[in-house]
Amino acid sequence: MAHRLLTYEKKDTWIDELCGVTKLVFFLCWSITSMMTYDTRVLAVMLVLSLCIYKISKIEWKQVGTVFKFVLVFMIINVLAIYLFSPNQGTQIYGTRTVLLAMTERYSITAEQLFYELNIVLKYFTIVPSVFIFVVTTNPSEFAASLNRIGISYNVGYAISIALRYIPDVQDDFHKIKNAQEARGIELSGKGKLMDRIKNTSAIIFPLVFSSMGRIDTISNAMELRGFGKHKKRSWYMERPLKRNDYLVLVFSILFMIVSLVITYADGSRFFNPFV
Amino acid sequence: MEPIIEFKNFSFKYRSQVEPTLRDINLKIYPGEKVLIIGPSGSGKSTLASCINGLVPFSYTGDIEGELRIKGEDPQKLGIFGLAKSVGTVLQDTDGQFIGLTVAEDIAFVLENDLVPQEEMKKKVHGIADIVELSSVLSHAPSELSGGQKQRVSMAGVLVDDVDILLFDEPLANLDPATGKRAIALIDEIKKNEKKTILIIEHRLEDALYRDVDRIILIGEGQVVADMTPDELLCSDILEREGIREPLYITALKHAGCTIRPEDHPAGIASMNLVPYREQVQQWFRCVPEAKAQKLGEEVLRVEHLDFSYKQGQPILSDINFSVRKGEMLAIVGKNGAGKTTLSNLICGFDKPDKGTIYLEGQDIAPLTVKERGEQIGVVMQNPNQMISKPMIYEEVALGLTVRGVPEEEIKERVNETLRICGLYPFRNWPVSALSFGQKKRMTIASILVMRPKILILDEPTAGQDYRHYTEIMEFLKRLNEEQGITIIMITHDMHLMLEYTSRAIVIADGKLLAEDTPSAILTDEALADRAYIKKTSLYDLAVACGIDDPTQFVERFIQYERTVR
Repeated sequence: MAHRLLTYEKKDTWIDELCGVTKLVFFLCWSITSMMTYDTRVLAVMLVLSLCIYKISKIEWKQVGTVFKFVLVFMIINVLAIYLFSPNQGTQIYGTRTVLLAMTERYSITAEQLFYELNIVLKYFTIVPSVFIFVVTTNPSEFAASLNRIGISYNVGYAISIALRYIPDVQDDFHKIKNAQEARGIELSGKGKLMDRIKNTSAIIFPLVFSSMGRIDTISNAMELRGFGKHKKRSWYMERPLKRNDYLVLVFSILFMIVSLVITYADGSRFFNPFV
Repeated sequence: MEPIIEFKNFSFKYRSQVEPTLRDINLKIYPGEKVLIIGPSGSGKSTLASCINGLVPFSYTGDIEGELRIKGEDPQKLGIFGLAKSVGTVLQDTDGQFIGLTVAEDIAFVLENDLVPQEEMKKKVHGIADIVELSSVLSHAPSELSGGQKQRVSMAGVLVDDVDILLFDEPLANLDPATGKRAIALIDEIKKNEKKTILIIEHRLEDALYRDVDRIILIGEGQVVADMTPDELLCSDILEREGIREPLYITALKHAGCTIRPEDHPAGIASMNLVPYREQVQQWFRCVPEAKAQKLGEEVLRVEHLDFSYKQGQPILSDINFSVRKGEMLAIVGKNGAGKTTLSNLICGFDKPDKGTIYLEGQDIAPLTVKERGEQIGVVMQNPNQMISKPMIYEEVALGLTVRGVPEEEIKERVNETLRICGLYPFRNWPVSALSFGQKKRMTIASILVMRPKILILDEPTAGQDYRHYTEIMEFLKRLNEEQGITIIMITHDMHLMLEYTSRAIVIADGKLLAEDTPSAILTDEALADRAYIKKTSLYDLAVACGIDDPTQFVERFIQYERTVR
């Protein structure tokens, strides 16, 4: 069986043992902080912490590598686009203009612009590991239970859980269908022309949708026959009580967010300015 | 005693249909009974089951007439959740009904929905897991389980709620023969130890009768055609009339001219009293002409020292060697997950072998792409819906040629010719959705045939088909083989299919090739059957019990005789 991307794998670390809800709160606090702040000092601390947590969580590169590369490409496009569409954003923000490499008036490379874009890159590198950690170390069933505990309807939690349950099956279907269609001569691998490949995708999508619809029918019958939706509440086999570590992480997450934002906004601006 | 399930003048019509699917059903099932419900596809046997578990009318709406009582109560009033307290259903699709992310969660699902506290839930789950032998895999995901294990998870998932009635919808459909046998044995144990009422819906009569059942109810065209003991039913001619395959040993006895009597307990070959029939069977064996060995054509495909693994140190296939002759019908059989599908993937180029060579007409095909191989070796998947990508039949069949840039005129000619061969020519301008399952299957075969491959590989060509459709598909393949000279390789669990339609079979278990022989030799080899999770044929038991010294020859003569009378 080929290795599946971004799926939960059990690891023996204290991060793994945290409740889903703890990880969710951490993830939310962390993302909010990273999105709000442009304070390079805060971002630098977050980057170091991110890398430490990534290390501790024992995530393997093969679990996330492909997705990471994809994010990297996206990031590069993003950084280039900023330069292309607003090459003077940095000057506007920091109020100075230090030209490093003179080009046309508009597209001269300035230290301010580079510094601004460095912050953007830092933001990517602080958020991306935390997404990976959250997805790869959270047992989806336990997560569904956690969501329910913080007041979200169990239908939502279960929808997520069922989706995760079926991702591997749909991936397998996809491979089977792709193989069979390739054998019929529908080129989907790198060799075909791009337009043909896009056109030919329908040869996979239709069969995939039709066979998935069969699955939905079966699963909804199976769930109903076993009493899903009978009561307003339900109990959870995989639910875990919050432990000491959970409380520690929760307190840390919230404190970290507050402190970071206080530092960020202390001088009245989201930006840390080394140029004045 | 009060019946636990009672139908009185019961009729049901689906909202989307004109004719009622069930008509005037009168039926009583008593607590502790084990009842087998059989009938051809579309007879209404699944609808009958849906009425008992509440999918009708709560999920599938329609008009009900007459009366149905379950444990003396009206299902309409109980609702689907109320019914679920009494009736536990194990659906046919072992994979599709697996709801939880792990075994334990799936078993606990019904308890979770019933607000059972976690402590109690864990205790119950562990208790049930012991009964169905799943304790060691409680934390496993469905993808890590075998088909048999998945089915036991589904059983545990309904047993855990302590229901009175267990309803099994085609429990044998996705299992290899030996695993199917175990499933039937487990159902029997549950019935005895847990005092449940058991309803089994199945069309594979011989396999379902591996353990005793109290009664068989035969449904035909929405009505109860027969309601009697298995012994009585097997002595009648009702099965033949209704298009249900009788056990092979019964057919053999009938060929031998025996009149089978209920008092000899024909329901199981092991328990049947064969003394009165011995003479006649031996007599028949002597008169039937000896089976002729088939002429073998030249070699078309050869596999040499094939090794394959996804992970190092865990071989899926190791050192596989065999060859296929031109114009042959070959079966690949063996345990679920033994590597049969992987082998076909390697031949088609979907996966690359670690070692070894595949020759097509003497040429090493390693340099050929998937597409190039596809022109010579066609694959037909088990589920036709996984192949169909065009809305119209003509377009779908033409697809393989269109993408290869074949001129319009030639496409038309070849598609029409192929559609004629497949008996689909009159439907050529129809939408695909108008076809029945069997017709869709033929269409997917047509969409491959149109490329004029030398070899056709089919994965479970008849899975889930009743006897009539099975015969229809297999006779079609046989005609293709005989008239068009196409070599056909079939991956299958169906021992009947292999016995009746193939001239040779290769047996794979745990990644190794165990045997390459005629089906009759394979199915009369007890040691091999055990190792490969296949099931020896009941014809073998019959031959042994009747004192015939060459059971393999007996099986071969039987098959040959069958072909001449059919």
